Amino acid sequence: MATPPAVRVLEHQLVAYRRAWRGSVVSSFCTPVLFLAAMGLGLGSYVDKGHGGTGAASLGGASYLVFLAPGLLAATAAQVATAESTYPVMGGFRWQRYFHAAVATPIRSGDIVVGWLTWEAFRLFLTVTVFLGVSALFGAVRTPSAVLAIPAAVLTGLAFGAPITAYAATRDSDASFAALLRFGVLPLFLFSGTFFPIAQLPAAVRPLAYVTPLWHGVDLCRRLAMGDISPARALVHLAFLSAFVVAGGLAATRTFARRLEL
Amino acid sequence: MTPTEPLIVARALTKRFGTFTAVDGVDFEVARGEAFGFLGPNGAGKSSTMRMIGCVSPVSGGALRIFGLDPHSDGPRIRARLGVVPQEDTLDTELSVAENLLIYGRYFDMRRALIRERTAELLDFFQLAERAGDQVEKLSGGMKRRLTIARALVNQPELVLMDEPTTGLDPQARHAVWDRLYRLKQQGVTLVLTTHYMDEAEQLCDRLVVMDGGRIAATGSPAELIRRYSTREVLELRFGVGVQETLDLAVIDDVADRIEMLPDRLLLYTDDGDKAAAVVSQRGYRPVSVLARRSTLEDVFLHLTGRTLVD
Repeated sequence: MATPPAVRVLEHQLVAYRRAWRGSVVSSFCTPVLFLAAMGLGLGSYVDKGHGGTGAASLGGASYLVFLAPGLLAATAAQVATAESTYPVMGGFRWQRYFHAAVATPIRSGDIVVGWLTWEAFRLFLTVTVFLGVSALFGAVRTPSAVLAIPAAVLTGLAFGAPITAYAATRDSDASFAALLRFGVLPLFLFSGTFFPIAQLPAAVRPLAYVTPLWHGVDLCRRLAMGDISPARALVHLAFLSAFVVAGGLAATRTFARRLEL
Repeated sequence: MTPTEPLIVARALTKRFGTFTAVDGVDFEVARGEAFGFLGPNGAGKSSTMRMIGCVSPVSGGALRIFGLDPHSDGPRIRARLGVVPQEDTLDTELSVAENLLIYGRYFDMRRALIRERTAELLDFFQLAERAGDQVEKLSGGMKRRLTIARALVNQPELVLMDEPTTGLDPQARHAVWDRLYRLKQQGVTLVLTTHYMDEAEQLCDRLVVMDGGRIAATGSPAELIRRYSTREVLELRFGVGVQETLDLAVIDDVADRIEMLPDRLLLYTDDGDKAAAVVSQRGYRPVSVLARRSTLEDVFLHLTGRTLVD
């Protein structure tokens, strides 16, 4: 039985991950612990008492911790995917050059893209699963349907990972990555409804939030975790996020081919 | 394809990057079991030719067949039967020596048990067995190069492409690699390599083409090329600073078949270097050093292009 070429690319990353998984699991565990403790519990106790005790009402009747955790889940997925799609992709072309090694074998550049994004999906799955487990320990998970936030967060991550992977393949140095993180991903992290409902944003900038993939991911994960989502709303989010993944994947197929098959 | 058909056939093979023509209509054939070399300076078009043969670089013009197949439509099928040693190492330096062979073997969809078997053999052959568990990062340049070559053999390729296999290695590491490549050749593996070291080409290649400016300047075995484009021996004369420019070459014009003036020395092409040295001395030349040696491919290249191979 022949193994699909993309799976063989994935295997390379899994062999590498065998060496690195401990560190990555620890950081997957620590991130939610720190954020949920400081913001969910610390800041949250303050928020919940706000507005003369009506703070919770403006968050749909939930405590701030319950509001924050699934949003942070989606935002963390976006950040992990961004990290996996920048420096390691550059490494494949410029530093270690493992993508060049792969195309000298029966593997094609398109197989590398599919294998790479599958690897990211796997990496995201582990991270968000640990994250959701920690959230449950904090008492931030209220319904069993919250497990649906796991695939939703993976999809959110890929909506970042696929286009950024495509972009990274066009770069000759890592100089632009810091700017991408600071001026692209960080503002999204702060203003896409992760920490406060986007209804709080000035009306003029609110539409901006609606076109970013992160808001769709945050809203999808949050409503799934709270068991409060209409099928139509879920479909819109899924379609929007999937469109980013597909468009990013197709773009990456082009940029990888251009880079590897000169 | 029949067993006697060449493994590689190139006809008017061309590679263009925008308006720049890197390979300008070259013709060559490589037979099974042969060690075939592309000799030329940097920028001659050797690597571009190799990348086209390796089916990672689309052909811009002309025809190319490898194992009788078309790289455009059969890339993966051809690559499954190739071993490729790229100019720059493409090892995953965070993984161990054995893990690098594992992931590479898996790219060829080899069974893990078979990869393990091949890994043991190859690491033994390339004297890396003791380093199997070490991270590649920690290996010396020569060891990394040997590992890259070992990796290229994991799928038992019929044809091995090596782009400058020993560039950047110290002489000792270089001889270790040559020794292994020579053994591979003895085992009947077809080798195609590029080099800008004439000694490498002379040691390893049964037949080679001299490339310059994207074209083939000459084709033949090293001995043939030397016979055709050079003399048996060369007399090298070095003079004190500023002296060479004052020499009257007409005085020794009849001593050699041909005289080349390089910035730092004078080369006299002749069949008997010692005899020429004596005559030159009689005619009043007072070089600070005299060396009579056999002709090499460097001399062939100099004759064909008017330039030396490595500046």
